[in-house]
Amino acid sequence: MRVLANQRFLTLAILAVVIAVLPFVFPSSYYFRVASLVWVSALAAVGLNILMGQAGQVSLGHAAFFGIGAYAVAIGPAHLGIPSWAALLIGALLSAVLAYLVGRPILRLKGHYLAIATLGLGVLVALVITTESSWTGGPDGMPVERLTLFGWRVSGSSTWYWVTGGLLLVGTWIALNLDETPTGRAFRALHDSEVAAQVVGVDVARFKLQAFVIAAVYASLAGSALAFMNGFINPDQAGFLHSVELVTMVVLGGLGSVLGSIVGAAVLITLPQALTVFQEYEHLLLGLIIIVAMIFMRNGIVPSLSSLLVRKARS
Amino acid sequence: MIILEATDIGISFGGVKAVDGVSFSVGPGQILSIIGPNGAGKTTLFNVVSGVYTAGRGAIRLSGEDVTGLAPHRLAERGLSRTFQNLQIFQRMTACENVMVGRHLRERCSLLPALFRTPSVTRQNRETRAAALALLEDVGLKDAADIPAGSLPYGACKRLEIARALAAEPRVLLLDEPAAGCNAVETEEIDHLIRQVADRGVAVVLVEHDMKLVMKISDRILVLERGRPLVEGTPREVRDDPRVLEAYLGQHGAREAARA
Repeated sequence: MRVLANQRFLTLAILAVVIAVLPFVFPSSYYFRVASLVWVSALAAVGLNILMGQAGQVSLGHAAFFGIGAYAVAIGPAHLGIPSWAALLIGALLSAVLAYLVGRPILRLKGHYLAIATLGLGVLVALVITTESSWTGGPDGMPVERLTLFGWRVSGSSTWYWVTGGLLLVGTWIALNLDETPTGRAFRALHDSEVAAQVVGVDVARFKLQAFVIAAVYASLAGSALAFMNGFINPDQAGFLHSVELVTMVVLGGLGSVLGSIVGAAVLITLPQALTVFQEYEHLLLGLIIIVAMIFMRNGIVPSLSSLLVRKARS
Repeated sequence: MIILEATDIGISFGGVKAVDGVSFSVGPGQILSIIGPNGAGKTTLFNVVSGVYTAGRGAIRLSGEDVTGLAPHRLAERGLSRTFQNLQIFQRMTACENVMVGRHLRERCSLLPALFRTPSVTRQNRETRAAALALLEDVGLKDAADIPAGSLPYGACKRLEIARALAAEPRVLLLDEPAAGCNAVETEEIDHLIRQVADRGVAVVLVEHDMKLVMKISDRILVLERGRPLVEGTPREVRDDPRVLEAYLGQHGAREAARA
C-alpha cells in the first residue's frame, strides 16, 4: 500500500513538474499548441485506460464521445443560445447517458461485445455529424465560439496550455484516486477473473457500466476542451481513426498505467510532428516505430521501462 | 437447523447428465464433504449451487429463502462464498488486495466519494486493509501481503482463495479441493483452518480428494458417482460401504482391496 501510495504521488508529481517546466524550454508558441494537444488527448486516454486497463473492456468507438463533447460546445452556443460552459456540461451528460444506454444491455454479456457495439456507435455518431450539415456544418466542420468564464475570454496558446494541463492534472488525480477504492478494486478484479469477482459479490455488469460511463465523460470533456482550444471542429474528431488512435495511446503507453496513457498520448501526438521531416515516409516510420515498441515493450512503454529500472536497481 | 439446502439438483450439457438428482443440506458449524471419482460431477454441483451455472432442475434454498437461479453476486449478498478448484485469483493484484476485494460487500461503494478520495474513503480503505491483513495472517500469508498474487506458489494461492472467501464473512463456505497440490504440512494447516471456520458457525461444504483429510474433518459425507448420489452418511458409514470402494476402484478392484 505504501508503495502504491508513493506511486500515486510520484505520478502526480512527475506530471505537475513536466507541465510546469516545459514552457521554459519551448522556443515558440507552436510548441505550446502541440503540448496542449498532448494534454487533451492524454485526458481522453487516461479515461479510456480506466475502461481498458482497469476493467479490461475495449471501446473501439471512443471518439464518438470525444465528438459529442466537441460538437456540444460548438452547437450549443451557435444554434441554441446555450452558454459555452453549460454546453460543456450538457455534452458530458449526453455522453454519459449514451454510454449508459449502449452499455447497459451489452455489458451483461461476457466477452468483447462492447468492442463491436462501440465500433457501430462510433460509425453512427460520425455519420450523423457528417450528414446533419445544417447543425454541424457537415464534412467541412464548424467554428466554435470562444469560451468565456466570469467575463474572462479564454484564448491564446499559452493560456490553453495551462488550462488543458490543469484539466489533465485533475483527470489524472481522479483516475489515481479511483484505483485504491472498492470501485477501483472491483474493476481490476473483474478484469482478472469475472467469476471470482462475482462470487465475492461484485455486480460485474454494473461495474463494467460504471467504467464505460466514466471513460465516456473523460472523452467528452477532452473533446470540448479541444473544440474551445482550436475554435473550430470537424467530423474527423469523432471518426474511427481517432478511436483507434485513442486505443493505441493506451496500449502503447501501457494498459493499466495512468502515466502510461499520458506517455502514449505524448508519443502519438509528437512523433508525427517530429517525423514530418521524412515527408512521404512519415506514416511508414510512425507505424514501424509503434510496431518495434510493441515488440520490445510488450506491456507498454511505462510498465516495461519501470520494471527494467527496478531490475537495474536490484542488480 | 439448516442453512443451505439443495433439492433434486440436475443439469445436463448436451445430453450428458453431469449432475442428476442430487440433494444435500448443511447446517451452521457442520462440515459436509462431497467425494467421488473424477467426473462424478462435484465441481459442476458447486457451480450450480454458487450460481455460476443455472440448474436444469431442482431447488436451492439459503436460510429458508428460495435462491434457485440467482446470479453469483446475489448469492454472495445472502452469505454464500466459495473457492475454485482451478485457481481464480486476481493475478495482477497483490495478495492483500485480493482479500480486500473479498470485503467488497462489507464496504460502502459509492462512486463520487471514490473519485474525489474523501476522508471516509481513506478511512474505510485502512479498515479493509487491516481486516485483510488479519485474514492473511490466519492463512499464514501475512509476509506475502504486498506481493502480486500472480507470483505466489500454488499452495499459497489456494490459501489466498480461502482468505478471500472468508473476507466476505459468509454463512456458507464452499471449498473446491482446498488441499489439492498442497504438501502434508500445508494440508494439516488447511484442516486446522476449516475446523476453525466451522467452529465459528459457518456451514462448510467441501469437495476434496485427500481422503485422510475428508475422513478426519467431515461430519457427513456425500458420495457421487457419474452425477448421481451413491451414499450419504458419517465418515465411518461411508468408509465401510462396499459401493463406495467399487465406485472408486471398479468391481474387480474392490474385490482385490477386500482381500488385501
